[in-house]
Amino acid sequence: MTDQDLSSQLQQQVLHASAEKQKLEIRGGNSKSFYGRQQRPEAQLLEVGGHTGVINYQPAELVLTVRTGTPLSEINALLEANHQVLPFEPPAFGSDATLGGTLACGLSGPSRPYEGSARDHILGLQLLNGKGQVLRFGGEVMKNVAGYDTSRLMVGAFGTLGVLLEASMKVLPAAATQHTLVHETTESEALTQIDRLRSRYLPVTAWCYAEGRAFTRLSGSKQNVAAVCKTLGGETLARADVRWRELREHQLPFFNDPRPLWRLSLPSGTPPIDLSGRQLLDWGGCQRWLLSDADAPLIQSKCREAGGHAELFRDAGSIDVFQDLDASLIPLHQRIKASFDPDGLFNPGRISAEW
Amino acid sequence: MSLDNHVDPMDPALRARFIEALTPLLPVHCLYTEENQLRPFESDGLAVYRRRPSVVALPETVDQIQAILQICRDMKIPVVARGAGTGLSGGALPRPDGLTLGLSKFNKILHIDADNTLAVVQPGVRNLAISEAAAPHGLYYAPDPSSQIACSIGGNVAENAGGVHCLKYGLTVHNVVQVKVVTIDGDLLTIGGSSLDTPGFDLLALMHGSEGLLAVVVEVTVKLLPAPPVAKVLLAAFDDVQKAGDTVAEIIAAGIIPAGLEMMDNAAIVAADAFAKCGYPTDAQALFLCELDGSAEEVEEQMAQVIALVEAGGATQHRVAADETERSKLWKGRKSAFPAVGRISPDYYCMDGTIPRSKLAFVLNRMRELSEEYELEIANVFHAGDGNLHPLILFDASVEGQLAKTEEMGGKILELCVEVGGTITGEHGVGMEKINQMCVQFGRDEITQFHALKAAFDPDGLLNPGKAIPTLQRCAEFGALHVHGGEVPHPELERF
Repeated sequence: MTDQDLSSQLQQQVLHASAEKQKLEIRGGNSKSFYGRQQRPEAQLLEVGGHTGVINYQPAELVLTVRTGTPLSEINALLEANHQVLPFEPPAFGSDATLGGTLACGLSGPSRPYEGSARDHILGLQLLNGKGQVLRFGGEVMKNVAGYDTSRLMVGAFGTLGVLLEASMKVLPAAATQHTLVHETTESEALTQIDRLRSRYLPVTAWCYAEGRAFTRLSGSKQNVAAVCKTLGGETLARADVRWRELREHQLPFFNDPRPLWRLSLPSGTPPIDLSGRQLLDWGGCQRWLLSDADAPLIQSKCREAGGHAELFRDAGSIDVFQDLDASLIPLHQRIKASFDPDGLFNPGRISAEW
Repeated sequence: MSLDNHVDPMDPALRARFIEALTPLLPVHCLYTEENQLRPFESDGLAVYRRRPSVVALPETVDQIQAILQICRDMKIPVVARGAGTGLSGGALPRPDGLTLGLSKFNKILHIDADNTLAVVQPGVRNLAISEAAAPHGLYYAPDPSSQIACSIGGNVAENAGGVHCLKYGLTVHNVVQVKVVTIDGDLLTIGGSSLDTPGFDLLALMHGSEGLLAVVVEVTVKLLPAPPVAKVLLAAFDDVQKAGDTVAEIIAAGIIPAGLEMMDNAAIVAADAFAKCGYPTDAQALFLCELDGSAEEVEEQMAQVIALVEAGGATQHRVAADETERSKLWKGRKSAFPAVGRISPDYYCMDGTIPRSKLAFVLNRMRELSEEYELEIANVFHAGDGNLHPLILFDASVEGQLAKTEEMGGKILELCVEVGGTITGEHGVGMEKINQMCVQFGRDEITQFHALKAAFDPDGLLNPGKAIPTLQRCAEFGALHVHGGEVPHPELERF
């Protein structure tokens, strides 16, 4: 594993950019540039992919601290060797994906509704703000309420508030056993079924539905998983880990489709959403992938009516990422942005046309 | 640590105008201005700090809160929001020049949505009341701070409260999906939602633990969990704290995440047993309670593993509670550790540092040295699973100088936590109590950033001023005090 500390060079670059009022595009592994708005072309590249290495990993403490350019693949391999995992199953969308990019995009995989999200597992961060100051928030302990929770604020902020340098993550033991059950069913019945399971104490750690089949993943101790499988019935899926990985990485045949890919984020209990195109339901029905040529306003309004929101996931071009951000929150977002990055150096246009 | 920053009372003319502005907004029984009405609000759970608020408002509607906050903004009057007043860091300590905004009348559970495992509640609802209301559906609310019988959910959000179960089930921030807040401008904002993510920055996380400095929480939607069918607790006793700590590490390293993992040292064991008659081995140097929950199969499988590890770790004795009665009894000892210590000492001071678990023995040894140096006894209870240490310093406030000595020693303990890579507060918050230690935990740039972030919400600094985040000047003075033992040379210079 490579070990390279570029923090002082990165700090110099930010200070220089600040002096020159030069905009910066922060880039880790460049695996998720499709996500979010297109950056403004005048931004200069700030490469953070070389800032790599494990700073601290003590399996018995359940904490891993790495430089944010460290590839996700290396982190997963290290954890696997110690029978541990990042519980939020981060999607990589490319072999060069870094932890920093994963956090900046705030992406979580199939386990999200059951094990929590990327932000749920961050314990601390070191970052460079727009003044070129190196700041450290949170730490390596599970409980920490000193100061505002700035670490979680950075997750899903698309790098617009600062350059992430180091992150401490809570890690957990890998499940002793995983087993995936398949049920042939309709979308509506599948949603009813997962709604019923929700209020029962069961070791469900992933659930998806596509084209007539519902997949339920159970994780935990051997005896328990075996007992629950017997109760729930259904067919056993062979090589299930491959299927969940392909879902997480959008490598299932479903995703080979030229139509725009939308991500619908919906409350649990939302019935089928009637829109033209094809849908794949993940996160127990709370995240639905939609391939559709339907008009954006129609898709967005249907999701809003259901209490959720929709985002154009790939190649949004000039459409805002936070398409459905409540108008009452916009001024607050702008002031928070200005508090970290007063000159608007970082990732201009990535979230919003204005900043 | 000490309440050394004097705040002048509100100017009488301003106070008269303020009361005049509030009077049409609130029924008589919701506005307190008389001394006998104000006295009960002088302190929160950290009763060694007391100040009288200028005015107390106990609104009954969100509209009233919005209007009150607008008035405070216009008249530049500080506002201290208060839930149940059980906080242990002085976060709800009043301002003599300000308003205490009590949320106690917001005490209704608005909706239990059993199908979607959510509960919508007002901020003054007690933590335990949520689980009680959810129980008929087989559901519960996981975070369980020790004060759960009395503390309110709004205060839990403000402090990001933890509890015994948070290693497995998370803190408040992991179990709340939406809050409605009112800003100092009187705007009502909805943050978060019932889907698993919402557009924008993660303001929901930011609200948690913000100690009433960013906005006032007026509604909370929490996640409910299905109650596990089985819970079993094991008691393991050791003749050495190090062995107990090592065994905890072995349990976690074996891939087991207990629902609760609570350790106590000899002083705490003796006090708890005398108080709760819970059958703890009082000759043990340390004991821990390890609770496993889940299905019968997984609890059985994991308990066998834990017992093997406890035996290998050199426990002098161990036993699994045979039934629910014995389980409650074992927990009763731990849960009554604070009042138990209160019985053997006129006063006690509860600390709240978090440390990497591997540093436990080192920290306990250093605390023993501090205890000898300051001639003050310490009893330790420890959320061993997540490294959150609650040393209880025993003292007698009626003895001249003991409180000051206690506070100084408490400060040293917090700094020790920072030194080993931990933090000054795991779950009680900074409030007024640990404001000086924030200068040890953070540098000038971080503190400046915190102030900038607050200004994005509250540019005039009216929401709970003087708490949670120290001014740079305060840090400079505190730094100097540290080095020079009371003398403050060159106070004009910043020192960090």
